[in-house]
Amino acid sequence: MEILVCIKQVPGSNKVEVDPVTGVLKRNGADSKMNPYDLYALECGLKLKEQYGGRVSVITMGPPQAQAIIKEAYAMGADAGAIVSDRAFGGADVLATAHTLAQGIKKFGKFDIILCGLQTTDGDTAQVGPEVSEQLDIPCVCNVKEIKGVEGDNILVDMEMAQDIEHLKVSFPCLITVQKDIVQPRLPSYLKKKDTEAREIVMYTLKDMEDQNKNNYGLNGSATQVQRIFPPTSDKVQVTWDDPADVLAEKIYSTIKSRKLLG
Amino acid sequence: MGKLIVHQDKVTDINAMISICPFNALEEKDGKLEVNAGCKLCKLCVKKGQPGAMEYVEEEVKTVDKSLWNGITVYVDHVNGEIHPVTYELLGKAGELAKKINHPVYAIFIGSDIEKKAEELLHYGVDKVFVVDAPELKDFQMESYTAAFEAFVNEIKPSAILVGATPVGRQLAPRVASRFNTGLTADCTILDIHENTDLVQIRPAFGGNIMAEILTPNSRPQLATVRYKIMDAPERSAEAKGEIVKISVPSEKLKTRTQVLGITQKQKEKSIENADILVVAGRGLKKKEDIALVRELADALGGDIACTRPLAEAGWLDAKHQIGLSGRTVRPRLIITCGVSGAIQFVAGMNNSDNIFAINTDPNASIFKVANYAVIGDIYEVIPKLIEQVKQGKGVKA
Repeated sequence: MEILVCIKQVPGSNKVEVDPVTGVLKRNGADSKMNPYDLYALECGLKLKEQYGGRVSVITMGPPQAQAIIKEAYAMGADAGAIVSDRAFGGADVLATAHTLAQGIKKFGKFDIILCGLQTTDGDTAQVGPEVSEQLDIPCVCNVKEIKGVEGDNILVDMEMAQDIEHLKVSFPCLITVQKDIVQPRLPSYLKKKDTEAREIVMYTLKDMEDQNKNNYGLNGSATQVQRIFPPTSDKVQVTWDDPADVLAEKIYSTIKSRKLLG
Repeated sequence: MGKLIVHQDKVTDINAMISICPFNALEEKDGKLEVNAGCKLCKLCVKKGQPGAMEYVEEEVKTVDKSLWNGITVYVDHVNGEIHPVTYELLGKAGELAKKINHPVYAIFIGSDIEKKAEELLHYGVDKVFVVDAPELKDFQMESYTAAFEAFVNEIKPSAILVGATPVGRQLAPRVASRFNTGLTADCTILDIHENTDLVQIRPAFGGNIMAEILTPNSRPQLATVRYKIMDAPERSAEAKGEIVKISVPSEKLKTRTQVLGITQKQKEKSIENADILVVAGRGLKKKEDIALVRELADALGGDIACTRPLAEAGWLDAKHQIGLSGRTVRPRLIITCGVSGAIQFVAGMNNSDNIFAINTDPNASIFKVANYAVIGDIYEVIPKLIEQVKQGKGVKA
């Protein structure tokens, strides 16, 4: 069974601030790491391999330094890895990212199951997985809370919905996005890290892709455009109370009561 | 659409340029400044860098005839015909947007045996409800629902489509957007529309501490998802207006490569999303046992307890009590945050609450920016006194 896990390098911290005077983003220089949600997807892939045999590959898109997370995936047990990286891919929105990843996946190999984390911690959209599935024209199930097993050329999964759990049988090849906490991700192994130090990481750039039209990548291939960024503002009526505790408690209570907010 | 060009002769200080980029996308190579694949084309280096060092060059863009795309559409989110309330909230917003550009309001309802249920939508200011009703669409499957959606878009050509960010909407919208090679913006918190029918989509970005205004200027339809309880639901009008229009899709188009083996109902649990009163525990709490204090206040007020992400991650409370971008979005009538600093990911999940009381010792805590009542005090002193007050008040009533 050929399993592919899509992973992404994200900033180590979400703390980004805008300087209110200059409008410049303040960078805090924190480290990058593998998107925490992807660890669950990778663990699912490794477990499937252990149970049914096969290979686990990983793919990422990003600047060359994102190879670090492929190394990390190797140390957890991934067998092969590829990075899709080119300046032409920069500034990509969900559509262009999905297109680029799908192109990279086609180049990388044929896969029975493609696993993705539910979302990333930097983009928070949870959209790239399903868009990749459309680009590859394969079935897709998101929000999977349990992988029941593999039956022939199908995978059995439980999808979490608002009120229900939908039990689905999905035929290969397919794309699954898994929820956080579906499994407990293993820690990278020191021995595996040593063993895989020299293992190759395949790099794909625009010239390797089947679609050579650079207008389908990066900012040019993006359907959405960020017009401006600004710090969040609040326009609410506000009061501040700075009193001794008993006065504060009294003020809170009388306000709640007079505004008829008690349950 | 465009690209960045580095004019090396205008670069006076490479390191200063590198430090401007928030994405580490500028680097030095052989003494020259280069842009790497990390570039998100935010153009900060053009604006803030050394004059003339970076140039942004526009490139030819594909265009679309926007006048051919009409109507603001809402995807009707439902389970077995039971319409999710986010649908009504979106219809309210769609009505506002449509009025500004003189477009009709549409709803697209996909399912099985739903025609009767569609009538309810006519009480919420919709001009036409398009219904794709087929037995194959009984349960949600991405491929069949996308096919039905595709048929609707091809036939009606709506300018914009609003989708509730529910478990279904969050996976259906991207598949549809990708099929039409068009833009999709997730979890918009503010929506507006330009005269040229470009949907103004505002959402927290870059992990949440910044708001981004996003347009889909060169493709149609424009898709956006919005979470439950972000927009206001309109009043249900007594009389039904508008019409129901059927769209038929050939059943071979509704074939899927997935098979629904069964559906199990999740155990019904009281959800903080539906709570009227919430008391929120934050990192100001010193130890796990102190949750009891917050819970006592919640009980006294007749409300529920909620928490911030660090507390859920530490296991002090179950994740279903967590408010924020990675937790639940809440909109209670009353919310009291106790020792919550107010990270924007948290605030994004609660800032539409009607009355926000925030108790924190730090007068500069960012939660005070959204609080209606900023209470500067120690939760360990204020909460016990407040519980006393509430209990006394109840005693008087009895």
